[in-house]
Amino acid sequence: MSSNSVTLWLRPFTARPIALAGLGVLVATVLAAVFAPWLSPYDPYAIDPLIRLTPPNVTHWFGTDQFGRDTLSRTIHSSRMALLIGSGVVVFALATGVPAGVLSALFPRLGHLLMRMVDVLMAFPTLLLALGLIVILSPSVGTVILAIGLGYMTTTTRIVYGLTLRLRAETYVEASRSMGAGTAWLISRHILPNLVSPLLVQASFVFAFAQLGAASLDFLGLGAPPDIPSWGNMLAESRTFITRAPWLLFFPGMMIVATAFSLNLVGDALRDRLDPRFRQVFGEKG
Amino acid sequence: MWSYAFKRAGTTAVTLLAASIIIFAFIHIVPGDPIYVLLGDTATPDQIDALRHQLGLDQPIILQYLTWAGHVLEGDLGRSIFFQAPVLSVIADGAETSTLLATMTMIWVAVIGVPIGMIAAVRHGTWLDQGLSGGAMLMASIPTFWVGLYLILIFAAWLGWFPSSGYPSIFEGGVVNLRYLVLPSLALAAPNAALILRLTRASMLDVSREDYVRTARAKGIRPWQVVRRHIWRNALLAVVSAFGFTFAALLSEAVVTETVFALPGIGRLVVQSILRRDYPVIQGVILVIVVVYLLINLIVDLSYRLLDPRVELQ
Repeated sequence: MSSNSVTLWLRPFTARPIALAGLGVLVATVLAAVFAPWLSPYDPYAIDPLIRLTPPNVTHWFGTDQFGRDTLSRTIHSSRMALLIGSGVVVFALATGVPAGVLSALFPRLGHLLMRMVDVLMAFPTLLLALGLIVILSPSVGTVILAIGLGYMTTTTRIVYGLTLRLRAETYVEASRSMGAGTAWLISRHILPNLVSPLLVQASFVFAFAQLGAASLDFLGLGAPPDIPSWGNMLAESRTFITRAPWLLFFPGMMIVATAFSLNLVGDALRDRLDPRFRQVFGEKG
Repeated sequence: MWSYAFKRAGTTAVTLLAASIIIFAFIHIVPGDPIYVLLGDTATPDQIDALRHQLGLDQPIILQYLTWAGHVLEGDLGRSIFFQAPVLSVIADGAETSTLLATMTMIWVAVIGVPIGMIAAVRHGTWLDQGLSGGAMLMASIPTFWVGLYLILIFAAWLGWFPSSGYPSIFEGGVVNLRYLVLPSLALAAPNAALILRLTRASMLDVSREDYVRTARAKGIRPWQVVRRHIWRNALLAVVSAFGFTFAALLSEAVVTETVFALPGIGRLVVQSILRRDYPVIQGVILVIVVVYLLINLIVDLSYRLLDPRVELQ
C-alpha cells in the first residue's frame, strides 16, 4: 500500500476521535494476544489455593479466582481465544458468503436457488442455529467458529448479492462486458475490488457480534472447552462467586464490551465513508 | 392486497417446509443411533427392534419424514427422554415464562428505545444526539448475561429489591410474581432497546429529508407539529415492523437470559436439553421457535403493506 492509500483508509478515523480510540483498543488487544506470555505477570494456569479469591491488590492487579489463578494473566491470555474465534468467524463468513453472493448475482438461476436456501437458513435465529450445530458436532473451538459463522454466512451472502447486483448494473461493467470481457475478468477487475470497502465494514460488524456470540456460548457451557481461558469462560466460572468476588465479573466483561464496542465504532466510521449507494445495503442510514 | 398476501403466505409455507426437512434431518444427524438415545444403554435387542418398528425407522426416509410431518401437524412432537412426557406439553410448561418475559422486554424496548431515538433525531447533529447514539452502540456491545449478572449483584444481592432467580407462575402466586421478571426483562431489553433507538432515529432522519417535510416547514407549521404530524407518523412504520422482528428474535435470545436468572422458560429448556442430550425436546423447541419466527415475520410484512399502501413489495 502506498502512503496515499494509507491516509485514505485512516481518514474516517482522524475525523472521529472516538473511532480512533476504538482502533487503538483493537490494536492493543491484538498486541496483548500476540505477546500474552511476556505481558502476563503469572502463569494463567498456575493454581494457588492459599490466595484463592483475593481482591485486586499490588501483586495481583485484577485479583485471583476460586483456584487462586491470576485474573490479569487469564484476561490477557483470553484475548487469544477472542481473536481466534472472531477472525475465524469473519474468514468463514467471507469465504462462503462472497463467492455465493457474487455468483448468485451474476447467474440468476443459481442465484434464485441460493437465495432461497439463504431464506430457509435465515428462518433459524442465529443463536438457535449455533446451538443446533453444537449438538451435532463435538465441542471444540472449530465447532464454535462454524456454529457462529453459519449465521453470518447468510447475512454476508445477502449483502454481497445486493452489492454485486448494483455493480453489475454500472455502465463501466456493461461496457467491459460488451467489449467481450468474461465472467472471471468482470469478477476480478470490477466486482471484487469494489467489494473491498463494504466487506471491511461487514467484517468489523461480524467480528463484533462473533465476540458477543462466543461469550454467550461460553457462558452457557457450550462454547470453547472450559480449560481454555476465554472471557466468556471466565465469566461462567465467576458466576457462583459474584457476591464474594465481584472483580471476577468485572474485568473479563469489560474486555468483551471494549472489543465489541471498538469494532462497532470502527465499522460505523468505515460505513459512513462508504459510497452512499452501498450504504443502503447495510440497512441503517443517517 | 389479497394476491400479495397469498403469495407471501405461499413463500412462508415453502420456507417452513424446507426448514422442517432440516429440523427432521437434525435427529438423524446427531451422533449415535436415535434408538439408543431414546432407550438408553440398557435396552435389549428385542426392545430395540420393537421401537425401531414402532417409530417407523425401518421405513424409507421419505416415508419417515411424511409420518413425522403428519404427527407434527396433529400436535405430536414426540416424547421427551428426560421428562418421559410429550414434547409439546414440556414446551407448553415453559411458554408462560417465555411469553411474559418477551412481552415485558418489548415494553421496556418501547418505553426506552422509541422516545430516546426520537429525541436523538430531533436534536440531530448536536452533542446530545452523539451521546445518545454512542450510548446506544455501547449498549448493543454488552453481552446480555453480563448485564444480567450485574443486575443480580446490585438489585438482588446488595439492595434486595428484586428476586435474583426463578419464576413462580402468576396463576399460582398472582400478578406480584411479575417482579421475578423485572431484572431479566431489563437485561434482555438493553441491546434491543439500543437497536430500536438507532432505528427510530435513522427512520425519522430519513423522513425529515422528504420534500413534504420541507414544504410543511416552509408553510410555517410549528417545528414540533412538523415532527409530530409529518415526520413521526411516517417514521412509525419502520419502527413498528422492527418491533415484530425484535419480538420474534427475543424467543431465541432469551436462551442466555433465562439461564442467568434460572427462569423455567423455553430458552433454558433448550440449554438443559442440550446438556441432557434430550434430542426430541431440542428438535421440538427449534421447530416451535422457527414456526413462531416465520409467522411473526409474515404478519409484520402483511401489516406493513396494510398500513402503508405505497409499499410495493415483490
